[in-house]
This record gives sequence, structure tokens and C-alpha cells, in this order.
Amino acid sequence: MKKTFKDKLSERIFLALALSSISALALITVFIIIQGAPIIGSVGIFNFIFGMTWAPSQGEFGIFPMIVGTLAVTLGAMVLGVPIGICSAVFLAEFAPVPVRNMFRPAIQLLAGIPSVVYGFWGLIFIVPLIRDYLGGPGLSILAGSIVLAIMILPTVISITEVSIIALPRTYKEGALALGMSHWQAIYSVQLPAAKSGIVAAVILGTGRAIGETMAVIMVLGNAPALPRSILDPVRTLTTNIGIEMGYATGDHRQALFATGIVLFILIMTLNITAQYITRKKKQK
Amino acid sequence: MHSKFEIINFSFYYNEKRVLNSLNLNIRANEILSVLGPANSGITTLLRALNRLSDLDRGVRFEGDILLDGKSIFAPDVSATALRRRVGMVFEVPTPLPISIYENIAYGLKVNGKMSKNQISERVEYALRKAALWDEVKDRQHIPAMSLSGGQQQRMCIARVIALNPEVILIDRSCSGLDPISTAKFEESLVELKEQVTVVLAPHNVQQASRISDRIAFILMGDLVEEGPCEKILTTPDDKRTYDYVTGRFG
Repeated sequence: MKKTFKDKLSERIFLALALSSISALALITVFIIIQGAPIIGSVGIFNFIFGMTWAPSQGEFGIFPMIVGTLAVTLGAMVLGVPIGICSAVFLAEFAPVPVRNMFRPAIQLLAGIPSVVYGFWGLIFIVPLIRDYLGGPGLSILAGSIVLAIMILPTVISITEVSIIALPRTYKEGALALGMSHWQAIYSVQLPAAKSGIVAAVILGTGRAIGETMAVIMVLGNAPALPRSILDPVRTLTTNIGIEMGYATGDHRQALFATGIVLFILIMTLNITAQYITRKKKQK
Repeated sequence: MHSKFEIINFSFYYNEKRVLNSLNLNIRANEILSVLGPANSGITTLLRALNRLSDLDRGVRFEGDILLDGKSIFAPDVSATALRRRVGMVFEVPTPLPISIYENIAYGLKVNGKMSKNQISERVEYALRKAALWDEVKDRQHIPAMSLSGGQQQRMCIARVIALNPEVILIDRSCSGLDPISTAKFEESLVELKEQVTVVLAPHNVQQASRISDRIAFILMGDLVEEGPCEKILTTPDDKRTYDYVTGRFG
């Protein structure tokens, strides 16, 4: 079939638009590498990643405490948020009566629409004092950050998990029930395993959101660039390091922040690739 | 012969649309009863009511009663889960769970009772043999059930029900996807199984009903038109509509 001019033109336009999003990715990647790589070279990659001291004015650029901070806060958010998220999704998909579901769903979507600075503010005036008064420490802490992030990832985890449960063929559930399984057994032993790849995706996306979140955690983490000793200690994450200092950084300092960005970038990439690998492997099985 | 199921004045509604009209039907123990009728006659609805899978549907309502061994299956002290262990069901479309063949069949056993590993694997073999699937899968019981062909999946689903040793097996047009040889094997095993169980079968055509049924009930648009011994319904039914259907004038 001969392509008309219109066909060709629209094909080109779509191609150009598709390429523009990819080229944005490429440009950002190239830019942060060009900006950040020299400082990693001059400080030394080992000293940069495993260095314990971040003192830009003295020319010391060690981001290890921030890597630990990022991982700790993210892990904390996952530990708190994922079980709640998955259980809520199961409740919505399987147990909730229609009116309850119709109320819950928009509420959860609303949760996703709240700006992160509002979460941060709420964490600062509500969670932080609670931690300070009842658990000790400055309140601004890994725990505070984890709690705020756990709430922020809920909409992602809940909606993706719920969709992946609802999308299962009806036959799974009916087949299981017809075998004399109880509703709970059917959920636990048939539906959740069957929805596993969707749930993994939900967790990964939630993790990505937690790692990348900046504004809310700036407000509740305390931002001390030191290695934390407990979950009640303040920390700084990779994102907050960039967010706080980029405004006034110059020279090497500025480059070091870009280098922080490179590390963050690699961290998130690794996570995504691992996730894709896991889900693909599950599917092949 | 005592009645396994007694269906008494049973009507069923989907969103106030009546799909079964005051059915009265006795299903005898250890017989194969074919419930015959064109599509959309309410046969699936009837089968789903017999093990209360209909509980899962929204906006449904029933009138009348169904007794299993003289006791209402809708009584408040009867658990649907326990009922479904006694009354197994094989669906029209195969319903393999996304696990291995062996696990599919062992699953109900593991959940339902305390059996040793050996007992379970014996039971799995027994069930696979009964469902005429053993020879095809004996060396690869641990491959995913999803990788079987449609007909094999269906026989696996039948094996899964057989493994649970139910008192009644409901079979909802389950042979539609089976090739003639599997169908023959499957029918053979049903006839054999009837020593132990009662079979309620929605046959996928009149021929199948004629091959294995003891009795036939003919349902049309939610009404039980007539029921009787296989021979009589197929050759000299009382109702003209039954005659037209079994002789292929419509349906």
C-alpha cells in the first residue's frame, strides 16, 4: 500500500516527538556526567564514594554518609509503606464493599496529588515533635523521613497492586474457591502469587519515588552530612545534598553536587534494571 | 435410591432478572445427571448455585431451597468453603492456577487436610490417571500448568477436583475444548467415578448426554421442561420442546 503524504508526515512528527523525550534523557545524562566527572577524577572515585567527610569549603567531598542516608530512609519507607500498601490494595480489590471502595479510591488518588512540600511541612510540625517527645533525639531523623516517605509512596503501591490483582482472570479466584479454599487462602496462595510481577513493579516504583524525593525529606531529615548511628539520628540524602547546596555552590563544590547526581542516577538505574530483570525472569518461568 | 441433591422451588435472579423459574429436581446419589438445554438457559447458574459459587456474584438473589443429603446448603451454619469441598466443579473454560501441574492438583489437598508428601503424590497420580492425563504428563508434572494444551488443562482441572475426593462433581460443558479421544477417556472415567460420586453434567452436546447419562433434565429459558431416564428423554419425551431439542430441530 502506498503511503500518502499525510501518513508520512504524521509518522515523522510522531518520530520527532518520541525522539525528543529520549534526547532529553540523553542530554541530562551527558550534562551531569560532563559537569560531575572531573571532580570524581580529581578526588578519586573511592574517596568520593566512601569518603566520610563532606566539607566543601575545605575541599573534602565524601558522600558515603549520604549514600547511607538515602538507603536508610528509603529502606525505612519501604518497610513501613509496602505492607500497608499491599494490604490496603488487597482490601480494596477483594474485601471492600462497593460504597467503601468508591470512597477509598479517590481518597488515595488525592494522596498522590498533595505537593511534597506539604508532606514535608506536615512531617515537620506533626511527626518530628512526636518523635522528639516520645523517642528522643532531635526528632529530625531517618524515622521521620521514612514515615513521611512511606505515606507518599502509598498511592503508587496501592493503585498498582490493586490494578494487578483486579486484572487477574476471574478463573483464578473461582478455580481456587471451587477447590474448597477459603477466600483468604485463595488470596494468599493464588491471587497474590499470580499478581507478583505487578506487586514487584509497585514496590520498585515506590522505591524510585522514595529515593528521588527531595523537598519533603529536606524538611524532616535534619540534613546533617554525618553517618547516622540510629534511626533517630538526622541524615542527609543524595537528593537533599543537591537540593540544599546547589543554590550557592560554585567551582569544585558545584561539580561535586553534579557528581552526587551521577551517583544518584546510577543508584536509580541499577534499581530499575534489577526490577526489570526480576519481572522478566518471573514471566519466563 | 436416595437423593443427593433436592432442588425445591428454586428460583434465581440476576439483578432482578429471573434466570431460573421455580425448579424442582432431585439428583440421585451415584448417578450421572445431564442437565441439557440451549445456551442461556440458566444451566451454568444452576450448577454454580449447587456449590454456592453464585455467592461471589453481585446483585443476585434466590428463592426456594437446595438440600444436600437433606440439609439446606444455604443454612447459616453451612460454610460455603466446606460445601465446595464436597461439591467440586469443573468449569467450561480451564482454570489452571499459575503453578506447576503437580502443584495444581496437590494444592487443594495441602490446603484441605493433613496428608504426607507420599500420600499427596499418590493421590495426584490417582487423580491424573482418572482424568486420563497421567500418560501424557507423568514425566513432566513439574512444568507450569499454563504450558499444557487447552484439552490437557481441562483434564488437569478435572484431576484437581477428583483428587479432593468430592461427593458430587459439577461439570459445566467442560468437554468443549477436548479432542474426541480425550473426551472418550474422560467420559469413561466419569462412568467409573460414579461408583463413588454423583455427577451433574452440563453436556456439551446431546450425543455426550446420550453416551453417559443415567438421567437427563431438560431446561429451557430457566424452566425445567422435563426430566427422566436417558433413554426416554432422548427417544420418547413427553414434551414437544424436548423432542425438538434432542432431535436437533433447534438449539
